Amino acid sequence: MVDPRLLPWIVLFAPFLASVLICLFSMKSPRLASGLAVAGILVSLAGSAALFLHHSAHGGLPAERSFPWIEIAGLSVDFGFLIDRLSLLMLLVVTGVGSCIFFYSVGYMKGDSSFPRYFASLSFFAFSMLGIVLANNFVMLFVFWELVAVSSYLLIGFWFEKPSAADAGNKAFIVNRVADFGFVLGIFYVWTLSGADGGARSFGFTHLESILPEFLAKGILAPTALVIASLLVFCGVIGKSAQFPLYIWLPDAMEGPTPVSALIHAATMVAAGVYLMSRCFFLVSGVPQALGWIAATGALTALLAAILAVAQNDIKKILAYSTISQLGYMVLALGLGSSTVAMYHLTTHAFFKALLFLGAGAVIHRLGTQDIWEMGALLKRMPVTAVTFLVGTLALCGLPPFSGFFSKDEILTLAHEHNRTLYVTALFTAFLTAFYMGRASWIAVLGPERKIKHAHGPSHGHGDRPRGEAPLVMLAPLVLLACLAAAGGFIGIPEFILGGHGHAAPLNLPVAVTSTVAALLGIAAATALFGKKGLSADPLARAPGKAYAFIVNKYYLDDLFSAIAGFFQNALAKILFWFDWNILIQKGVNGAAGATSRAASLMRRAQTGRVQDYATTFGFGFVVLAYFMLSKG
Amino acid sequence: MPHPGPVSLLLLSPALGGAILLFIPKDRVEWLKKTALAAVSVSLALAVFLFCRYDRTAGGYQFIDKIDWVPSLGIAYHVGVDGINLVLLLMTAVLAFAGVWVSCGVKERLKEYLVFYLFLIVGCFGVLSALNIFFIYFFYETAVVPVFPLIGVWGSGNKEYATMKLTLYLTLGAVLALVALLALYFTTGLNTFDLTAIEAAVRENPLPLSFQRWAFPLILVGFGVILTLWPFHTWSPMGYAAAPTSVSMLHAGVLKKLGAYAIIRLGIGLMPQGAALWMPLVSWIAVINILYCGFVAYAQKDLKFILGYSSCSHMGYILLGLSCLTPVALNGTVFFMFAHGLMAALGFALVGFIYDQTHTRLLEDWGGFGKKIPFVATIFVMTAMASSGVPGFANFIGELMILLGAWDTRRWQAVGAVAGLVVTAGYMLKTVRASMQGPLSPRGASLLDAKGWQRLPYLLLIALLILVGFLPALLLPTISKGTAPILERIHSAQAQVPSPGGPRHVA
Repeated sequence: MVDPRLLPWIVLFAPFLASVLICLFSMKSPRLASGLAVAGILVSLAGSAALFLHHSAHGGLPAERSFPWIEIAGLSVDFGFLIDRLSLLMLLVVTGVGSCIFFYSVGYMKGDSSFPRYFASLSFFAFSMLGIVLANNFVMLFVFWELVAVSSYLLIGFWFEKPSAADAGNKAFIVNRVADFGFVLGIFYVWTLSGADGGARSFGFTHLESILPEFLAKGILAPTALVIASLLVFCGVIGKSAQFPLYIWLPDAMEGPTPVSALIHAATMVAAGVYLMSRCFFLVSGVPQALGWIAATGALTALLAAILAVAQNDIKKILAYSTISQLGYMVLALGLGSSTVAMYHLTTHAFFKALLFLGAGAVIHRLGTQDIWEMGALLKRMPVTAVTFLVGTLALCGLPPFSGFFSKDEILTLAHEHNRTLYVTALFTAFLTAFYMGRASWIAVLGPERKIKHAHGPSHGHGDRPRGEAPLVMLAPLVLLACLAAAGGFIGIPEFILGGHGHAAPLNLPVAVTSTVAALLGIAAATALFGKKGLSADPLARAPGKAYAFIVNKYYLDDLFSAIAGFFQNALAKILFWFDWNILIQKGVNGAAGATSRAASLMRRAQTGRVQDYATTFGFGFVVLAYFMLSKG
Repeated sequence: MPHPGPVSLLLLSPALGGAILLFIPKDRVEWLKKTALAAVSVSLALAVFLFCRYDRTAGGYQFIDKIDWVPSLGIAYHVGVDGINLVLLLMTAVLAFAGVWVSCGVKERLKEYLVFYLFLIVGCFGVLSALNIFFIYFFYETAVVPVFPLIGVWGSGNKEYATMKLTLYLTLGAVLALVALLALYFTTGLNTFDLTAIEAAVRENPLPLSFQRWAFPLILVGFGVILTLWPFHTWSPMGYAAAPTSVSMLHAGVLKKLGAYAIIRLGIGLMPQGAALWMPLVSWIAVINILYCGFVAYAQKDLKFILGYSSCSHMGYILLGLSCLTPVALNGTVFFMFAHGLMAALGFALVGFIYDQTHTRLLEDWGGFGKKIPFVATIFVMTAMASSGVPGFANFIGELMILLGAWDTRRWQAVGAVAGLVVTAGYMLKTVRASMQGPLSPRGASLLDAKGWQRLPYLLLIALLILVGFLPALLLPTISKGTAPILERIHSAQAQVPSPGGPRHVA
């Protein structure tokens, strides 16, 4: 048995090592590259499992280890690991779902000309994500938070010769940077607050958790200060976890390879914001105003994204908006005061959303299209994929006994207890969820086979695509995830997070029945509209008025942000450059130069323009100087 | 004659190399290259030696060589290292090595180019290692002047105008500083240019406030010109665009830092009260530097102009760090100087590598190079990331420390500087997008990737950035040892002047 203190190091650095080794030695050898990457994530998975078993057997949670990283007068930043139930759960989710997706990628990316680069980036992502999970302080978390953004940028733009992919990567990075503007200030502010009693300041989560509530109770800190600090930190969540209004980057991120969408833009990275808030829940738990804002953001995001999902025809875009919507649910749970419930939904969502993306990927891989109107008859053509996809759909719709039912039900129960508006919003979102997933299932999976008008999808051409099921290396992860998505509600996730301190909320029967009915209604409505035979166009598109156009155009939010970005990047930049060129250079500098030109004409005599002369003068001068220096000694 | 110490040897090696070059026939290209490389390799080895052997527990100036020159005026050849210049010398030695390596690609008049280049390096080493104000100034001019022919002869584009402007700007700045330095000489009454003696004296008896009040801004602006203090920054993008690759590398990497170094040593270090008076203003100019130059970088079409304005924008972080006068910010500033030096040089080296093949630096002519030259493109993206302050690279550590320091003392300026991180990421990604991504531009159809030994300078620079970015403790103890005496003088100066803001309050 490895020393348990070494385990976090192994978990964190195994994928990093894999990434470095691929970059150094295996850029020409796809087999070795995928082998290294898979080995790296499996070592991480084993390490996480060992950590889990060790702490289950011996207790000792939370375990924290810190090493000084930046250490000077007035500032001390550690590199440290915090192992508690929260990080253990997240470790298992990231490495578990990650391993499935790494294996799946071996099949999905086969034949791509940049296969090794893909696995190097994916391993680097795993490293960064695990760093977020293990971090014991704000700065270290932020370091990996940024590295995750970089790996996301690299993977969204993996096919960077395609302009839309390259643009999507840029958009993701910049939008997240804008959000991190608030996050950084939040970290700085929390740091300042931690020294409110005149003591040494700290970034450490455990230290902050112990002192901040105390400061609040003693009146050293005004609640307003904590509200500001926590909302600034929450800005980071709005970016990373794609909340309104910054969710605009996530649908574009679907330009990346589908396994990347599954791992990064559904199961793990976008959930990092939820993890962050759970990690520093002590910031918000005592300040209801902050919680109110967070809950409202979450509910609004859940609803708005679900509406958008209804009008999408690209299967990955449907799933992307669905992800945003589900992240809204998680943030809503945070805002309702329960990080446990948020983490529960994060976990089940990781299972079923990864499953749905991988299923969609298998279909895209075979058919070469992402348009649901070009799919159909999948039960016959790809039965395993189709069945697992339907399992994921039912879990996402929140139907019992699938995993999504339990976690979503806890969120709805919380909302029911706290706030009627939020409850109704969440319930309506549940209806919409069932509706758009029902729509996608009817058209893409259950409906008749449709013609492919023009193949797009992954740009790594396969030529004649083989028919039938995906290879085993892709199917096995699907089946595994389908099992988890189906049974995830029975493996005691909330009990594990709570760790014997309190119980998971018992099933609230009226809420459970209401939400099930809402989901069933959604499916029924979808069946009525899209279950018809011979449907070739979206009946929703014939909806009267401008409502449909408003939804298809994504509430014009993208256009608004493009206009803002355009103002800064084009208008303001050009104005300042004009000022620089015409005022500072032409008027200021050249004007002054004109005045000194007479002086310059004197100097010109010394300038013969011959390099040899300059060199000689220089060399001579230096020799004289050196002579003086040495002779005086 | 005393045995010359390692610092003197470090300085002598490129000088000697340059002198030997004069006697090598110009058609013996290999000899020329090997001599120049040997000279800077010796310097690099000595810099590493100094860095390893510097006694960090003792601190202070070490490896001192002192030869009286004009004793009656207190002028002596006097060199030595402390934590600040040691780190910067190491950075300079690395860049000198990488720069000469890149210079070996010069096709015309290689001999003369290398001679000037080596003298430029001597000047840089000299400013950083000299402990006598006269020699600091002398070496400063030695560093500024060879740039004139280097750009004027080997440059590209509007090179005559650019080099004239650059040289005039920096020389005029130096004249301003000279006025202050001469006044300093007479004000101390010590009758010496010996920096260590003056430092010891001002620790006991600070310079008169009336003197500091007007002398500090002269030093600040005089050396600030080369640090591209807004609005005196316009020489820089133009100069870099016209300069040959390896000159841009050294200029953006090292020469700008010489200005910051001089401000730390001669400005803040000797006139902390004057600094306290003027720094609030400087902190706002720093924000202008960061945001204004960042936005102007957006509007550029030439890659070297983008990098030029980018480096002006980054100098804002150095100015902001200098303006705080706190340990966290000052240490962070020196750290950032190290990091930015490597990063800026790397950026210019990469653009130069591609320009040599495409003969165009216009962004619209580039595109899709990522598939064509994966190695160079990878380093290019990494450099853009380092420039954007992504963790894992040394720049992040420096920026983080500067921003945290500024957050304590200059909060709203810090907010502006954090916003600058968004701007930087914006134009850097735009540049990557337009140059490396998308469909391949026809201008890049025959591009060849860096192979074998060609890769060495790029790998060296990026590896150092990553190494120090992962392990900041490699530099921080050294740097903080060097800044300690300066911070002590700042502290005692602040104790004498009641602070106007009253006690710092939280929230």
